Amino acid sequence: MAIVMDADRMSKSLARIAHEILERNAGPSDVDELALVGIRTRGVPIAKRIAAAIHGINNHEIATGALDITLYRDDLMRHAVGPQPLVRRTEIPFSIDDKRILLVDDVLYTGRTIRAALDALIDFGRPKAIQLVVLVDRGHRELPIKADYVGKNLPTSLSQSVQVRLTEIDGRDEVEVQES
Amino acid sequence: MKKDLLGIGDLTRDEIYLILDTAEAMREIGQRPIKKVPTLRGKTVVNLFYEPSTRTRTSFEIAEKRLSADTLNIAVAASSVLKGETLVDTAMNIEAMAPDVIVLRHASSGACHLLSRICRSRVINAGDGMHEHPTQALLDAFTIREHKKRIDGLKVVIVGDLLHSRVLRSNVLLLTELGADVWVCGPSTLVPIGVERLGVRVSTRVDEAVKDADVIMMLRIQHERMNGAFIPSVREYFNTFGMTPARVARAKPDVIIMHPGPMNRGVEIASEVADGPYSVILEQVANGVAVRMAVLYLLAGGVEGD
Repeated sequence: MAIVMDADRMSKSLARIAHEILERNAGPSDVDELALVGIRTRGVPIAKRIAAAIHGINNHEIATGALDITLYRDDLMRHAVGPQPLVRRTEIPFSIDDKRILLVDDVLYTGRTIRAALDALIDFGRPKAIQLVVLVDRGHRELPIKADYVGKNLPTSLSQSVQVRLTEIDGRDEVEVQES
Repeated sequence: MKKDLLGIGDLTRDEIYLILDTAEAMREIGQRPIKKVPTLRGKTVVNLFYEPSTRTRTSFEIAEKRLSADTLNIAVAASSVLKGETLVDTAMNIEAMAPDVIVLRHASSGACHLLSRICRSRVINAGDGMHEHPTQALLDAFTIREHKKRIDGLKVVIVGDLLHSRVLRSNVLLLTELGADVWVCGPSTLVPIGVERLGVRVSTRVDEAVKDADVIMMLRIQHERMNGAFIPSVREYFNTFGMTPARVARAKPDVIIMHPGPMNRGVEIASEVADGPYSVILEQVANGVAVRMAVLYLLAGGVEGD
């Protein structure tokens, strides 16, 4: 129904986030320690875009990985009916030990996905820090989790759903709020 | 997915692909420094093995542990079965302790179906008599797909003791379902009657069968299941059907050689072939863990139509 972010706004938001990341990680060796990990599905292309934006600012190549959190979900075995959610591949082709990991997702909602992602990440090593990047924060947290970088704060009601579309997956860039 | 995995015949083509795709994701877990995910935390899996097994039992157990399930192994040699307990009674007693999954290996065809009818736990067939061994066929398909990027249209030749092989039946069902051109080859005494009805081509001449093959799958001569005189001698069997470098040379240049194990070197396969560049036998073992993790994960979910 309502498009709350178009392609232009999205690219400006991600550019701003890239700048904020560099401001917050401004120590002499900080930028070398940065790595981006996108949460499947839509966190992955967003992470790649942020990596490209940072490259555009300071010419640094930031390593990028993809994390599938399905096996860490807290609701996996609670459903008596229905098939299991699809598990996709986690690809983190670098050591996260002593890195400053930027965890990237499209929408921050209950916080449960992020909780699962933190557990999954810790199984890969011991990063120096984990910071959270989201394109949209729609509120309604159920866990004590807060994003470090937010593209857009979007007040929503529980009956609404927020759909992020990305060119790489959906053919166009936009964020839509739907009444369900 | 249904409640149990009893045979390949129970799976649709989409379910087969779902298991193979899920196994791709599971394999990555085995490459991590911490090879464990919390997915099946609090689930109990009983591995009930009525026949000796190293590979399959170890593979299931590692798969269960990587998914954080609590596992326990019942080796029949050290159990009440020796005191005369029937399979049904053993199963009912295990069931009374409320496990979530029972993995069963049994010498009688259909033992898993019997268990499936009396147990609320999910049952996974780890080999029942001469009937089926579905996880072996799935890991074989996974290995083939990894090397050939497809299964459809490949010439797959299965050579050896066709009569006593549950691996044969599961593989034929799976590979024909996915569109492979499957040939089976063995001495006529070891070709099951009516095997061509499964949609395979039958040959008793191995040189003819392996010509231009994409995949050669060897089956073990199962001495323990042979009560009659199926082959004149091991030496003669090797000369007539054994996989030698000369026979491998008749296949396609990028052929892969598979064997479900355990191998009888010098009986169905020459050591030069088993250890040679075309052999993917140890990859099959490695892939077995990922495929069994996928099956355990997918079965632990809800049941359609429940």
